[in-house]
Amino acid sequence: MSASSNSGTFRIKGAGRLTPARTARFTFDGKSYTALEGDTVASALLAHGVHLLGRSFKYHRPRGILSAGPEEPNALIDVSRDAARRQPNVRATVQEVFDGAKIASQNRWPSLKFDVGAVNNLFSPFFAAGFYYKTFMWPREAWVKIYEPFIRRAAGLGVAPTEEDPDHYANRYAHCDVLIAGAGVAGLTAALSAAATGASVFLVDEQPEVGGALHYDTATTIDGQNGYDWAQATAAKLKAMPNVTVLTRTTVFGYYNHGFLGLVERVTDHVAKPGKDLPRERLWQVRAKKVVLATGSIERHMVFANNDRPGIMLASAARTFLNHHGVAVGRQVGVYTAHDSAYEAAFDLKRAGVSIAAIVDCRADPGEALLAEARALGISVLSGHSVTDTGGRLRISSMTVARNGGGDARKIPVDALIVSAGWTPSVHLFSQSRGKLRFDDVNQRFLPNIYAQDCVSVGSCNGTDDLAELIDEAIAAGGGSVALAGENRFEWTGGMIGAAEGAGPDTTVKAFVDFQHDVTAKDIRLAVREGMHSIEHIKRFTTNGMASDQGKLSNMHGLAIAAEMLDRPIPQVGLTTFRAPYTPVTYGTLVGHSRGELFDPARKTPMHALETAEGAEFEDVGNWKRAWYYPKRGEDMLAAVNRECRTVREVAGVFNGSTLGKIEVVGPDAAQFLNLLYTNAWDSLKPGKSRYGIMTREDGFVYDDGVVGRLAEDRFHVTTTTGGAPRVLHHMEDYLQTEFPHLKVWLTSTTEQWAVIAVQGPKAREIIQPFVEGVDISNEVFPHMSVAECSVMGVPARLFRVSFTGELGYEINVPADYGPAVWKAIWERAEPMGACLYGTETMHVLRAEKGYIIVGQDTDGTVTPHDAGLGWAVSSKKPDFVGIRGLKRPDLVRENRKQLVGLLTKDPAVVLEEGGQIVADPNQAKPMTMLGHVTSAYWSENCGRSIALALVAGGRARIGETLHVPLKDRTIEVEVTDMVFFDKDGGRIHG
Amino acid sequence: MADSGADLANRTSPLSGFHGGSSTVRLEAAPPAERISLRARAEDVAALSSALGVDLPVRPKTSASGNGRSALWLGPDEWLVIAEGNGGLMQAAKNSGALHSATDVSHRNTAILVSGPGAAAAINAGCPQDLSLKAFPVGACSRTVFGKVEIVLLRTGGDAFRMEVWRSFSDYAFGLLAEGAQDAAV
Repeated sequence: MSASSNSGTFRIKGAGRLTPARTARFTFDGKSYTALEGDTVASALLAHGVHLLGRSFKYHRPRGILSAGPEEPNALIDVSRDAARRQPNVRATVQEVFDGAKIASQNRWPSLKFDVGAVNNLFSPFFAAGFYYKTFMWPREAWVKIYEPFIRRAAGLGVAPTEEDPDHYANRYAHCDVLIAGAGVAGLTAALSAAATGASVFLVDEQPEVGGALHYDTATTIDGQNGYDWAQATAAKLKAMPNVTVLTRTTVFGYYNHGFLGLVERVTDHVAKPGKDLPRERLWQVRAKKVVLATGSIERHMVFANNDRPGIMLASAARTFLNHHGVAVGRQVGVYTAHDSAYEAAFDLKRAGVSIAAIVDCRADPGEALLAEARALGISVLSGHSVTDTGGRLRISSMTVARNGGGDARKIPVDALIVSAGWTPSVHLFSQSRGKLRFDDVNQRFLPNIYAQDCVSVGSCNGTDDLAELIDEAIAAGGGSVALAGENRFEWTGGMIGAAEGAGPDTTVKAFVDFQHDVTAKDIRLAVREGMHSIEHIKRFTTNGMASDQGKLSNMHGLAIAAEMLDRPIPQVGLTTFRAPYTPVTYGTLVGHSRGELFDPARKTPMHALETAEGAEFEDVGNWKRAWYYPKRGEDMLAAVNRECRTVREVAGVFNGSTLGKIEVVGPDAAQFLNLLYTNAWDSLKPGKSRYGIMTREDGFVYDDGVVGRLAEDRFHVTTTTGGAPRVLHHMEDYLQTEFPHLKVWLTSTTEQWAVIAVQGPKAREIIQPFVEGVDISNEVFPHMSVAECSVMGVPARLFRVSFTGELGYEINVPADYGPAVWKAIWERAEPMGACLYGTETMHVLRAEKGYIIVGQDTDGTVTPHDAGLGWAVSSKKPDFVGIRGLKRPDLVRENRKQLVGLLTKDPAVVLEEGGQIVADPNQAKPMTMLGHVTSAYWSENCGRSIALALVAGGRARIGETLHVPLKDRTIEVEVTDMVFFDKDGGRIHG
Repeated sequence: MADSGADLANRTSPLSGFHGGSSTVRLEAAPPAERISLRARAEDVAALSSALGVDLPVRPKTSASGNGRSALWLGPDEWLVIAEGNGGLMQAAKNSGALHSATDVSHRNTAILVSGPGAAAAINAGCPQDLSLKAFPVGACSRTVFGKVEIVLLRTGGDAFRMEVWRSFSDYAFGLLAEGAQDAAV
């Protein structure tokens, strides 16, 4: 067998542009086939006479290949390299064959040829338009258990892979002066013109090679050269220019604001053995100063009875398969058309030796030139006729032809039927750019009218059909000057939109408008009869144009049928808006690099490696990884935390506080600024001292808290909560810039400048003493809430005497690179003294034992400083601060607000649930009156019992009362207490 | 100061041990540098420039270098000043006598040096800026984004960039650069 017959019996010797010697093997539903390099799955299967590729969405009707390009609604396949590299819903007309490809048909069971779901076809009256809305109304539970699973299985497309995608995807941002979408004659010409000006140019085309319509249109010559050859030579010339980027296999899928475009480049989907370094796809996010749309047109099918059988396809598709891939779509081909272009396809096929059964032209007078050529080729033309039905089960076997307006029908045997209702300009990207269309009444098409961005449409997407005119238009769009002359054969004319003869009556006929969603002409008529008068309603009721092909073939037909039913001109019925993406984009492409460790930054402190080595378990706090607790061998979390809690109070503990937010507030007006941002007063704070500050929003509710140290008259070291650091800085910056721009003060985030090592406990001073120089840290000279700039291990440091445990404590701030060394030295000294490392969990318990709040846990955005028992931190003397008026609102000063209090369970062993609701009488009728909820609850090893904090209505007045926390299976009795559970007189902190 | 050298703390850079790149991109951690975040009003720029020995740039996206120091324009009243080694920047700013805020951020930031013919493409894997020489010439700088993190980008040569990034984001930035470098080489 010769190579050419090997690659399919429908391969025509001498036809097409593929090289017979270069073959690739692939399987379709398990059966092995040989293709030629450059074949799409569609062309390769057609070469072997395979037309049946899948089952339709709703009725499970056998379906084949309708087009030869990205507009394909029918031939959706599943493509895989291995179990993990599998993608459903790939268009067979776009997917290039690669050696070893495994292709499977979709939406069929148990087999493509015998599909149980085809029973839907028999019950089709049940599945009429709008059936989702009308049929499955109740009972509600049936949706979950019966309807949805059934519909999903029966009316589905492909099946998503379950394994993790092993491929990787790339992202690239780029800028250019001119981006040209589409590399047909118009796009290539515009690129030549733009490139000549020295502008940076992106030329983008979704096909493997440039050329656009020249793939099938072999009659066009440019500069005396065959059109397709000219296109390839031009692309090569452009690629060699340093200011031009030519991207093929790349779809401009989205045209957003300000010249921003989304492109997807398919890098390896056509490669048999892609290199490991290659991304499967690359997302290009391009900002273009100017966009030239040269997106061409899409041929429409004819709407008539049973127009969806495998073997029925667009005339231009048949021409592409013949002239590019060298494949005949049949041996006895019928033609049904309302447009001249189908004649070209018929002529090409005939010349290639394919028999043409007849050209059925629904127009009365196709024109003498065409008829003469048909005569010369021996093709019979039936003008003023229509195809009113087709026969065949898994592939078309006949077309029924009748004279328009009635007359005897006759059945003509065919094994393929090529159709053309004319061409729809591809205005998708123009529409996405928010451009406004106008309706061209003469040619029955929508064309670009009012531009919203710096954009121009050229060529057939702009309705420019004449080649010479098109070239002039493209040169002008590029802004340069190029000498180019083109020649083509015919002025194509004709075309129709809407249903052709034989698309009725509505009771039985299935004349498909939207193949992918199985929408027929009668569905659209039904929608109008049921009261849908806007195209937006009709679209949603019928789902016409709502499949993944976005109605590239169906929109105009659907619109025309609706307009006819409504007896209104088409522009009045309207056109739905085109949305990105133009064609489906994989999730992988959109995700790009953001997976695994690059999904989100994991922020680690300078001491992270040391903590890990000490066996820390970590918890996520925002993006930070914080040491949670340090279990020793055999300890669970509770045991570890209990040990850490006990050790800190008995000896000491070392804690990593590096994630604490830090803001340096510098300038002569720094104190004045803090006066305005915090409820406290700061004038009185002397350099070398620090103070706990509360920040409220305008509404008077607590926003953040933290210790603020004054380093100098004009310099404060502000700390915030870990999670609050970014928003607190923004909050402060916002007020500084908008409300207090007159203040001479500046803010700088220093969170990451400092590694913070907290040493807390009775032996804290003894532990840090030898490392500290330049400050006397004795209790007398350096009491609680002192701060000093000093030296620790020879490193400039900021030392705070501060405590979030209620113990004697210090926080050593050293420049972050020195954190690990200082941490290590301190721990090496502390460990033999009996101290421990402790994590955030122990920190939480210890602070709760002292009744210190955590903003965001014990407060929730509705808690005032007074509610939280922090009224003392609100200055009554300051004339102004953010929140001062909010705090005076009647609701914020009323009695019985929820206040933070302590709770002790009657049974000391029971630990409450955080979030547990609190009621006075557990026996009251439901819904019960809630008094508040538990905000913090822990086992306190130091107290030998459980402790809790809670927000309770009128809480402080209820101290001593017994309340209840009802749970699902029991009710817990609690006593309201004050918030301090340990060291009530607070002596230890001054130790 | 502590008595003996043994008591002195050693530095650990956040990116120590990181190496990467591709056939067209070289990635390396920059050596430690001194950095200040400098804030000042327009009328104090001259005095600060003279005290720092480098002219603080006043046009967006520009930087100035001299005497081993670089000043990067980040905003109308904000500069990132970087000095090789220990440059005494805080003191120099103080000596200006001009009203300003200088905050030491030497350890807050770290830097990745990106060089080679694929450098711009590697950075464009996550940075949406136009890095053509026309739009982003040598010396251009910008506080911008790289993937999900904020960076300050400085072009130090036709094919060379310095990416300043907060230390806890540096391994993310390095990882994304490594993927960008790989893609810039295909």
